[in-house]
Amino acid sequence: MAFLNASDEQEVRNQFERLQEPVKLVVFSQSLGGAADLCRENEQLVREVADLSDKLSVEILNLAIDRERAEAYGVDQVPAIVVEGARDYGLRFYGVPSGYEFGNLIDAIIVASTGEPDLSDDTKASLSALADDVDIKVFSTPG
Amino acid sequence: MRLAQHMSVASDRVRSIAIEATEFPDLSRAYQVSAVPKIVINDRVQFEGALPEAQFLAAVLQAVEESA
Repeated sequence: MAFLNASDEQEVRNQFERLQEPVKLVVFSQSLGGAADLCRENEQLVREVADLSDKLSVEILNLAIDRERAEAYGVDQVPAIVVEGARDYGLRFYGVPSGYEFGNLIDAIIVASTGEPDLSDDTKASLSALADDVDIKVFSTPG
Repeated sequence: MRLAQHMSVASDRVRSIAIEATEFPDLSRAYQVSAVPKIVINDRVQFEGALPEAQFLAAVLQAVEESA
């Protein structure tokens, strides 16, 4: 069964008109274990989204096999999605981003594509002066 | 989540991870998630609910200061 109906697809297509640079959605899955079903759902959702713009591509990796890639991305859970624009901006999703998180996935794709965060000049100045790494985890539930 | 994502793009120092709490019960337990959204910065500063941009930034800067 598809995640997105025709109305969802049209809405996302409209939002994707803002895309500029190509974005790669790097998906980490596992074919065995308790998360296998969720990983398949996640892959399907990501493929449905990527089909809505020719600026989007998908790469499916296996957390157990592609360990070096997972380590390089700092990914240690599945299902996971890395949203990579002109460079890796550090955008990660753990879990199937359906429901509430779906809008955030679309927003992440757009901001990774434009490279232009919607933040005040003061915030951008403070962030560009950071001397240490910042890891922000945001826990939510499926909508 | 939106603010965290845009901060990630604004700075190579910032990484944001959106986590579906119900799919990762172990992580949720480890971070004592009882209400969502719950935001945890550098495993040190945490809060529940959405914050305006200036306050979110203040939380980020506080986390960096406490991590130093």
